[in-house]
Amino acid sequence: MKKMKRIASLITAGVIVSGLLSACQPKETQPTAAAPASEAAAQQTTAPAAGDALKLTFYYPVNVGGSAAQIIDQICADFTAENPDIVVEPVYTGNYDDTVTKIQTAISGGNPPDVFISLATQRFTMASTGMAMPLDALIAADGEEGKAYIADFLEGFMEDSYVDGQIYSIPFQRSTMVLYYNKDAFAEAGLDPEKPPTTWDELVAYGTALTNDDRTGVGIALNSGSAQWAFTGFALQNSVDGINLMSDDGKQVYFNTPENVEALQFWLDLQNKYKIMAEGIVQWTDLPTQFLAGEVAMIYHTTGNMANININAEFEFGTAFLPGSKRVAAPTGGGNFYISSGISDERVQAAWKFIKFATNTENAAKWSLDTGYVATRYSCFETDTIKNYYAEVPQAKVAFDQLPYAKPELTTYNAAEIWRILNDNIQAAVVGDATAEEALNNAQAEAEAVLAEYQ
Amino acid sequence: MKDANKKQSRFNSKKELTAWALMAPALFFMLIFTVYPIFRSCYLSLTKYQLGMAEPEFIGLKNYVTLFKNPLFYKIMKNTIVFGLMTVIPSMASGLGLALLVNRKTKGVGFMRTAYFYPVVMPMIAVASVWMFIYMAKNGLFDQLLITFGLKPMNVLSNKKTVLPAMAVMYVWKEAGYLMIFFLSGLQNISEDVMEAATLDGAKPFTLFRKIILPLLGPTFLFVSTIAFTNCFKLVDHVVIMTEGAPNNASTMLLYYIYQQGFTNFNYGLSSALTVIMLALLLVVSLPRFISQDKKIHYN
Repeated sequence: MKKMKRIASLITAGVIVSGLLSACQPKETQPTAAAPASEAAAQQTTAPAAGDALKLTFYYPVNVGGSAAQIIDQICADFTAENPDIVVEPVYTGNYDDTVTKIQTAISGGNPPDVFISLATQRFTMASTGMAMPLDALIAADGEEGKAYIADFLEGFMEDSYVDGQIYSIPFQRSTMVLYYNKDAFAEAGLDPEKPPTTWDELVAYGTALTNDDRTGVGIALNSGSAQWAFTGFALQNSVDGINLMSDDGKQVYFNTPENVEALQFWLDLQNKYKIMAEGIVQWTDLPTQFLAGEVAMIYHTTGNMANININAEFEFGTAFLPGSKRVAAPTGGGNFYISSGISDERVQAAWKFIKFATNTENAAKWSLDTGYVATRYSCFETDTIKNYYAEVPQAKVAFDQLPYAKPELTTYNAAEIWRILNDNIQAAVVGDATAEEALNNAQAEAEAVLAEYQ
Repeated sequence: MKDANKKQSRFNSKKELTAWALMAPALFFMLIFTVYPIFRSCYLSLTKYQLGMAEPEFIGLKNYVTLFKNPLFYKIMKNTIVFGLMTVIPSMASGLGLALLVNRKTKGVGFMRTAYFYPVVMPMIAVASVWMFIYMAKNGLFDQLLITFGLKPMNVLSNKKTVLPAMAVMYVWKEAGYLMIFFLSGLQNISEDVMEAATLDGAKPFTLFRKIILPLLGPTFLFVSTIAFTNCFKLVDHVVIMTEGAPNNASTMLLYYIYQQGFTNFNYGLSSALTVIMLALLLVVSLPRFISQDKKIHYN
């Protein structure tokens, strides 16, 4: 009996300890410093404005490292310092998916956030479900200033703000994909480190020269959530007339065109025919590690990793445009500002003011510098902040130069589901469950079934 | 006589009232957090309810029809059951083995018990993150080991044939210590008199194990297998951390699919239908234990 008791208490202790441990375990993307910082900011901002100040709720996800949350707090505090009658309360809402869940919950509870950040690819869903409102009237009300404001955003980013010709979102945390390459490995393989590959053929030739027992030539992350991004780039590069994977209205997808089948086949060939890319599925998060360890000579990755690679690379690294096929192209991605629909006009005006503040030249430049996202406005690149940064890290400038050739990533109604469909089928081809053509035919059929209700 | 009966019943009802009062707080929370969500899920499974819809719209059994027509659903059910079979028997066997190992009075046995129990107290997220380093392509411990022995690295998590077994090995490592505790308590309940008598009669350790320990552990086995099965169906963390269901849903399991439908695709109706199916599965698994409780299979 005594033994039983001891065992029982051992179990209880175990349960308690595991509870404690899991409570301490920070969520994957949650910056641990966020809570105290936002409390401090809230106290700071509410003190002077207490009383009849308008209180806005702002939901934001963070998909990059810790300091981003503090910068958001700072932007909100700065905004209130300039507009004492408006207090913006930032609420960290996890990753992009969590954020949508929380907005939905808040709406069901009759208490939507006034302003929020969500993926640019969510805009069709946001519009069709009435979660976000069109911003055209607000922009028009600003007159010439409004026109200039919108015109100052890089087209590559502004392009995926529209739903049926209306602007639903404003670019904020945006990124694009570039080619990182190991200059030391290039030199070792007898290649010119200042001449990165510019076409698929060159990619194969370079990759073959760079591949040996300890190193593969090319790395592309093919895990779910990453493959569709890289694939957008390859599909755009291989398209004669630059047609994306979907129509502009987000109701059609064009997965199984002969060009796209060719693009997917090219991936399979990199693995199986040329043997210059690791077989199977390499994870998005493993790829930079492998690149830094010198095991992959060239990787396709986000500009968001610039700081990480710049700090940790023990070799000379370069960045370049993604190699083209029939054209030069790259995918963009990331999150935009939205305003909730169904909030009072006074709140809409305040939220609009806040968005303009958070995306003003100075803030957008600073945000880019601190997070690794690409600055969203032309005027940002005139600021000393960005100029100095590019002088210091010239590799970062490639992203800006490449943006005129960049197009939005896969964006449709029910975007998350369509992403998954494309990812699963690409993986099916990669692991040999289907040929490139079968895989994309399946993806097309499944996606059409999902999109049927929007036709 | 009549009077006594009355007294008795009044006494009973008073006693019952106290019992209900004592159970009330627990019942209250169970109603809110267990019973209500079950009924709500059953109802939602019969509706179309997606992102942005204010009210669910009743559509009958359409969600179930959609599921049963979808080949992916069968693949996921198969994954779930295969993973169950791959983990339950090995983790029970290793749990029993560990229990036999630490069921003795030698020095340091306390340390051993703690060490074997240690993986249990670690959160699954931490365990999955650690094992990801082990399974990491090329650089991971496992692939490095293969390379050392002159074999090709396998990148087990990206191969449709190896991803489930790889996850199963991790899960057995984590779960064995937990099941050990139940077996240990079962072992310690076996009277020492019986063991001593058998030993005096000349029973060898293996005979002891087969003829005395195993039969006497019968009820424990049933209990542990129920726990082990339900636990492995309730797992989702490691899929989220390690593969997100890749490659091509080779590692997607029922609970992860529910999560994906509900919180990535925001298709609450469909994910409720899946939840009801999961509920049915869990009921089937725990049925033997319910029945045996009524029959009271006990030896002492």
